[in-house]
Amino acid sequence: MPRSISSIRATGLKAPPKHAPRRLASTNDVVKLQRLMTHILIRPLTKSDGLQPVWIDGRPMTEVAEEFIKPNDRLSAFERLQLYNRMYWFRLIDIMHDDNPGLRAVLGDKKFTRLIEAYLAKYPSRSFTLRNLCSRLGQFIREESRWTAPHTALATNVVRFEWAQTVAFDEAQLPVLSAAEIARTPPVRLRLRLQPYITLLALDYPVDTYVVAVKQRNALRTEASNAVDKVREAKQSKYVARPRRERIYVAVHRLDNWLYYKRLGRPAFLILQAIAAGQTLDDAVTAGGRRVKPEQVGGWFAMWMELGWLCRKK
Amino acid sequence: MPANSFNGHTDYGIGIGLRVPHYAHILEKKPVVDWFEIISENFMVDGGRPLQVLDQIMEQYRVVQHGVSMYFGSADKPDRAHLKKLKALVKRTKTPWLSDHLCWGSVDGTYTHDLLPMPYTFASAKRTAEKIRQIRDYLEVPICVENVSSYAEYHVSEMSEWEFLSEVVERADCGILLDVNNIYVSAKNHDFNPYDYINGVPHHRVGQMHVAGHTKFEKYILDTHDHPVLDPVWKLYAHATKLCGVTATLLEWDDKIPSFDEVHDEALKANEFIDGAKKAKNSKRAAKAGAPVASS
Ligand SMILES: [Fe+2]
Repeated sequence: MPRSISSIRATGLKAPPKHAPRRLASTNDVVKLQRLMTHILIRPLTKSDGLQPVWIDGRPMTEVAEEFIKPNDRLSAFERLQLYNRMYWFRLIDIMHDDNPGLRAVLGDKKFTRLIEAYLAKYPSRSFTLRNLCSRLGQFIREESRWTAPHTALATNVVRFEWAQTVAFDEAQLPVLSAAEIARTPPVRLRLRLQPYITLLALDYPVDTYVVAVKQRNALRTEASNAVDKVREAKQSKYVARPRRERIYVAVHRLDNWLYYKRLGRPAFLILQAIAAGQTLDDAVTAGGRRVKPEQVGGWFAMWMELGWLCRKK
Repeated sequence: MPANSFNGHTDYGIGIGLRVPHYAHILEKKPVVDWFEIISENFMVDGGRPLQVLDQIMEQYRVVQHGVSMYFGSADKPDRAHLKKLKALVKRTKTPWLSDHLCWGSVDGTYTHDLLPMPYTFASAKRTAEKIRQIRDYLEVPICVENVSSYAEYHVSEMSEWEFLSEVVERADCGILLDVNNIYVSAKNHDFNPYDYINGVPHHRVGQMHVAGHTKFEKYILDTHDHPVLDPVWKLYAHATKLCGVTATLLEWDDKIPSFDEVHDEALKANEFIDGAKKAKNSKRAAKAGAPVASS
């Protein structure tokens, strides 16, 4: 059984003060108050979506809340903090729910929510933008596989694919290198780079087609909830089978600001990976393997340039 | 004030928040709108569709930046990477002023992504004002700070919320984005008179106003932005407009977002109260002029 989520300690946040400051005489006192309240708000909710009744030092939470929050005639200090505690979790779970339809399908809603609670309990947001909320989810799953077992390998693959979509959506687009510019430098010296919005993935499951199928199924469900005659159709398509193991190579990217994923052969993937790693053009082509024919490589480069993937290394 | 140094001496009229479900309608139909408020964080990215849409919107409309994560009241120092991205966006949009909330929401670099209420003390007012000054100096754009809705108060508070807001904006010499719906919500949650709040802030610093809808629960009111504006909020808005003058006004509608026209029509209801304030102002001026020589 997984260890309880409430025992997970948040990383990056300093320990809360033993007691709330009685008055705020300095910025340091303000920090103490804010640290205490943050620790309380980001604590995982109880099973009934409430604020945990016992504080980390064993005192009743009511006592801790009363130390610094004023009650009114309708709400106790505990209930007032509980409002914020619930809003914190509901908001963040909602966002992660929307950002990870594939992972949700792999685990099922209940298990997905447990994973997210455990993830955010350990890795609360360290960025001003909610866009980065899932940035450490892959790392967390690798560190604590008990939340995703027995589907950890698939879950890890899906998370990488879904995060790649976030990157493809809004990362920078650098000026594209022209064929003339490439021709100007000898291949033994020329180093290129890939557009920052491209993610190259070598995966053990065909998660690209899986995630697309899940999204189509979800769209059908939404449509069905608005049209009675579609309900049966949606029920039939309720389950998208988890994919079987299969090695795939895929680039997640965008074109004209629309998201795409493109399957690659292994040699093409290796060449792109070598370019991304900063190798010279000559070495990158060699990384594709001996069996690759020059005309094949020429064709790939022509396509990558048409897609605007190649830029000059700084 | 219609135009003041806190809103870059502009006179922007009635705007609405730019929201994703309306993108297609706006770009295709090009409806007449005084201005759009954009959530800065949605466009503080390095590329892709968000910036493409923003550029298209800016070809047709005036936009003003509104932030949700600067946390003037967090005791942490402002985050450099955040400020850099924000400044790049300020340069892109040429926003005449920039607003964010008088609240805190992060500590030790950990973000709650919530707008948490401030302890109303002199120490936190001083720290907050310093931070606003630092951020304004870096961004080189006027700043208006917005009052938030709140559901909790602290024992350590030494003054009312409006006294705290006044203390901060005077110390920082910045503007106010007066959210009258938030005043109403907090007044109900904390049992104060919302008119005392509006009467008590420095009116000449108000550079913008917000109106929005809220939701009543048995024991508290939540600031949900998923309804039309309720009557008592419009009344507060009318009162604030009388005191502050006709000010750039924006309707916030963030959840259960209806059609563009429905949102815009709701925002334009503000005109009724603006006209009322203008008439009142004109009759005051006329009274000062003495008796009319002849009726025209
Ligand atoms: Fe607001």
